[in-house]
Amino acid sequence: MPFPSRRKILRGFLNGAAVSVSLPLLDCFLNDGGTALAAGAPMPLRFGTWFWGLGVTPGRWKPTVLGRNYDIGPELKAIEPWKDQVSILSGYDVKLDGKPNIPHGSGGIGFRTGVAPTGGVLPAPSFDVLISDQVGSSTRFRSLEISATGDQSNSLSGRGNGSLNPAEGSPAGLYTRLFGPGFTDPNSGEFKPDPMVMARKSVLSAVSEQRKDLENSVGAEDRRRLDQYYTALRQTEQQLAIQLEKPQPLVACKIPDAPPMGEVGNQIEHVVVNHKVMAQLLVMALACNQTRVFNMSFNQPASSLTRLGSTISHHQLTHEEQIDPKLGYQPESTFFVERCMEGFGYFVGLLASLKEGDGTLLDHCMVLAHSECNFAKEHTVEGIPVMLAGRAGGRIKTGLHIDGGGTPATRVGLTMQQIMGVTVDRWGTGSMDTNKTISEILA
Amino acid sequence: MIGHLHERGERRRGKTRLGPWSRRASGGALAVALAASLLGCATTEKAAPAGLAAAAAPSGRVVGMRRLTESQYRQTIADIFGRDIKVAGRFEKVARSDRGLIATGTSDSAISPAGFEQYDLMARSIALQVTDKRHRATFVPCAPADARLPAPACAGAFYSEVGRYLVRRPLSPGEVDFYVRTAGAATATTGDFYAGLSLGLAAILVSPEFLYRVERATADGQTLDGYSKASRLSFLMWNTGPDKDLLSAASRGDLDAAKGLRAQADRLLASPRLEQGARAFFTDFLNLDRAYELTKDPVVYGAFNPQVAEDLPEQALRTVVDHLIVRDAPYPEIFTTRQTFMNRRLGVIYDVPVAQTGWQPYALPANDDRAGLLGLGAFLALNSHEGRSSPTLRGRAIREVLMCQPVPDPPANVDFSGFNGASTAERRTARQRLTQHVSNPVCAACHKVTDPLGLPLENFDGIGAYRSAENGAAIDAHGSFENKDFTGAAGLGQLLSQSPAPSRCLTQRVAEYAVGRTRTRLPKGWVDALFKDFQAGGYRFRVLMQRVALSPEFYAPPTSELPAAKVAELRPAGAKAKEVQ
Repeated sequence: MPFPSRRKILRGFLNGAAVSVSLPLLDCFLNDGGTALAAGAPMPLRFGTWFWGLGVTPGRWKPTVLGRNYDIGPELKAIEPWKDQVSILSGYDVKLDGKPNIPHGSGGIGFRTGVAPTGGVLPAPSFDVLISDQVGSSTRFRSLEISATGDQSNSLSGRGNGSLNPAEGSPAGLYTRLFGPGFTDPNSGEFKPDPMVMARKSVLSAVSEQRKDLENSVGAEDRRRLDQYYTALRQTEQQLAIQLEKPQPLVACKIPDAPPMGEVGNQIEHVVVNHKVMAQLLVMALACNQTRVFNMSFNQPASSLTRLGSTISHHQLTHEEQIDPKLGYQPESTFFVERCMEGFGYFVGLLASLKEGDGTLLDHCMVLAHSECNFAKEHTVEGIPVMLAGRAGGRIKTGLHIDGGGTPATRVGLTMQQIMGVTVDRWGTGSMDTNKTISEILA
Repeated sequence: MIGHLHERGERRRGKTRLGPWSRRASGGALAVALAASLLGCATTEKAAPAGLAAAAAPSGRVVGMRRLTESQYRQTIADIFGRDIKVAGRFEKVARSDRGLIATGTSDSAISPAGFEQYDLMARSIALQVTDKRHRATFVPCAPADARLPAPACAGAFYSEVGRYLVRRPLSPGEVDFYVRTAGAATATTGDFYAGLSLGLAAILVSPEFLYRVERATADGQTLDGYSKASRLSFLMWNTGPDKDLLSAASRGDLDAAKGLRAQADRLLASPRLEQGARAFFTDFLNLDRAYELTKDPVVYGAFNPQVAEDLPEQALRTVVDHLIVRDAPYPEIFTTRQTFMNRRLGVIYDVPVAQTGWQPYALPANDDRAGLLGLGAFLALNSHEGRSSPTLRGRAIREVLMCQPVPDPPANVDFSGFNGASTAERRTARQRLTQHVSNPVCAACHKVTDPLGLPLENFDGIGAYRSAENGAAIDAHGSFENKDFTGAAGLGQLLSQSPAPSRCLTQRVAEYAVGRTRTRLPKGWVDALFKDFQAGGYRFRVLMQRVALSPEFYAPPTSELPAAKVAELRPAGAKAKEVQ
């Protein structure tokens, strides 16, 4: 029989469904938690990035006033309600040291890795990965990457050497990953370690103990890739180990409902909705202590955002749209910048709306929003626009405008790492090598 | 989406796809072999039967690790366990090396934590299905004496047999023992022999030896060992791991002698499965993986939908395979052929009536401007923007993809002021807009390379539908190539078919694809030699594949260590690729 019959395939699928039933049934879906005991315990500190593509418009975003009373330009309007919780960092440059400015590549990669790239890949670990190495090992996920435009390769997070942490692109996929099989409700009260999880953990440990044979016969380049493989394997093993421990109850953790199926793509109307839904899931992942590090992308570098019926995308607009002589800017391009900013405003508001411990979730977070260029029309990587939200558990001051005055953008990455407890005193290469913390924001 | 390629059109032209394990059939053949080798296993629980495992673990130096692509993963699982075993998961993409092939990207690709998480999920799901009540009789015919206890001999026989197809060489006794002990411990924890057995199988499925094609050199380091040779052959021709015949040939050392190698190469070339290998190559070569993810503005292009996004690359693959494999026609004629395939959805875009459902062979009219590869919707739509066509992207693809001539990126401070707006009176067609844009000499340097090849295709819009005017202005489709003037897509196709550049480019790409290395790291003189044979063989694709398979260079380990700086060209979405207007 060269091919299974249609009937056989159907039966096979049915059988597959029956098999999946044997996975642990999750009573957590029925439980809304709320019986937590841990009042007063210090809340974990979380770090996240929030990326938007194609920068800002000159004269419409960057405040002219420094310090606490910074002015709100048209493209900062969406941040206004959270002004005292959000700092603006302007004037921090990605320095290319004579390397070509790869359009929409150099800025984001340079900002995140501290190295001006020569290609489109991360030449070194991104600082969020260095932070997750420090704070990510006690949660189920070392970090979560999310893309509101649906493309899994839209990520600036990775360990370097060609490896990129792919993003979750659909609300349904994110929901399953977070709250599907493997999730334990911290507030359910009952806990019994699953023997299947115990067995799986031992199997993965055994596989990683086998590594010597292969490692001893490979060259340096392949060994590096094997190291990355074993790092990845250990993370899965660690997730299993966490599933075997009884979780601490968490008052703010409420299991969300599965999101409705919606369209995923570059159309701005869909992106706004998907960003909201995925932000809500992410917020609960934080409140339920599933991760402490995240990377959210609203759109891509060289954004493919479109409006229904428009023949050209956000990215094409930034280059082809004329600067309106009366307005002094590109009105169609600006439309998209404002939608991005509204996205971040929503995100900050959502974190601020969740009570946690003695404050809000936002108080226990540090969220760094940034783009890959300043003015997209010219691909400038000087003055990468940056916004910083949250109090980081009281470690930072908020609501300031600080101008870096053309100092390296690696100062931002260095400062983020230091606040999150990474022991590092200098970071970046070439002209971006720096040991100058942005001390103005330290509490 | 790439992975679904092989699932499409499997009943085409009434042919039966043969499985790799026997001349008789797929799937079931392995089951027969398994049942035979496992007889007696059910009653006696002694040491694993001798002869199933290799004498020793492979000892050669590892000279290459190529990550399995999604389509290779899916094909391998389907070949070993049959198509009713579902592979459900999200594959981490293997990035193209800079403007090159995914196949060369696999040599540099690293597995991220999120990627591993998905592999782990898929492995457990596959292993559960294989050992479930419905399938265990096929793959695990030896029932354990007590289903709550470990049964080492039974597990050992199972891993030996299945393992060699998964890691593409016999498992060493040490490896078999390792998986047996792993399964035994898991059985002890779960109290279920089949749960333990399935976790051991899942362990093979997440091991680096499965997820990577681990290539080893012989002791003298001069060539690949027999099993690595078998893998190269099989992945080149069939896009899957070696079958039983090929593994046996490798174990006998047949592949180290010209006669034995020739016999196997010819066997693989003669198989209908060659089609599956050709599809994998052309998907990679023509960037069709991206076509599956195409989106178009629904208001501008009402005829385009996600189903069409799947139909377009399928049409291209059918056309290419029919031309090169079924009709054994010369490669240059791929640019002039009028033979293609049509279904109802594409009929709407091509403006031809399609009476029946499903795919139909279709001959384009002889006087049509649409001909060959350049006239296919997949090429035209892929190299366009979401809401309009792009002569520059099309011209660049002809240069870079079809002729292997890299076009530089535009400068970062590019000035598009001459390109502003869409449809003023003087700027209604793309030619008019681009003419203004390239009045700037910095831009002109590259646009004069790309645009004369893209503008003649302007009679086809952003999804490949015919038009004679843009914004009310008639389209001027003249162009020039290699100092010859021509008009339209058909005219360009004629000239491309007369130029040696596309055939030479194909030769280079097949060589890169075969060994997973970029042009600069190919053995010296190899592409020239292959091209000579390709030319002499009347530009037949099979001849090219055969010459690759028989050349020692195909099996030569890379001469030096990969330079440390060499990394896969994984670029953030949108960066660079879309920078061209």
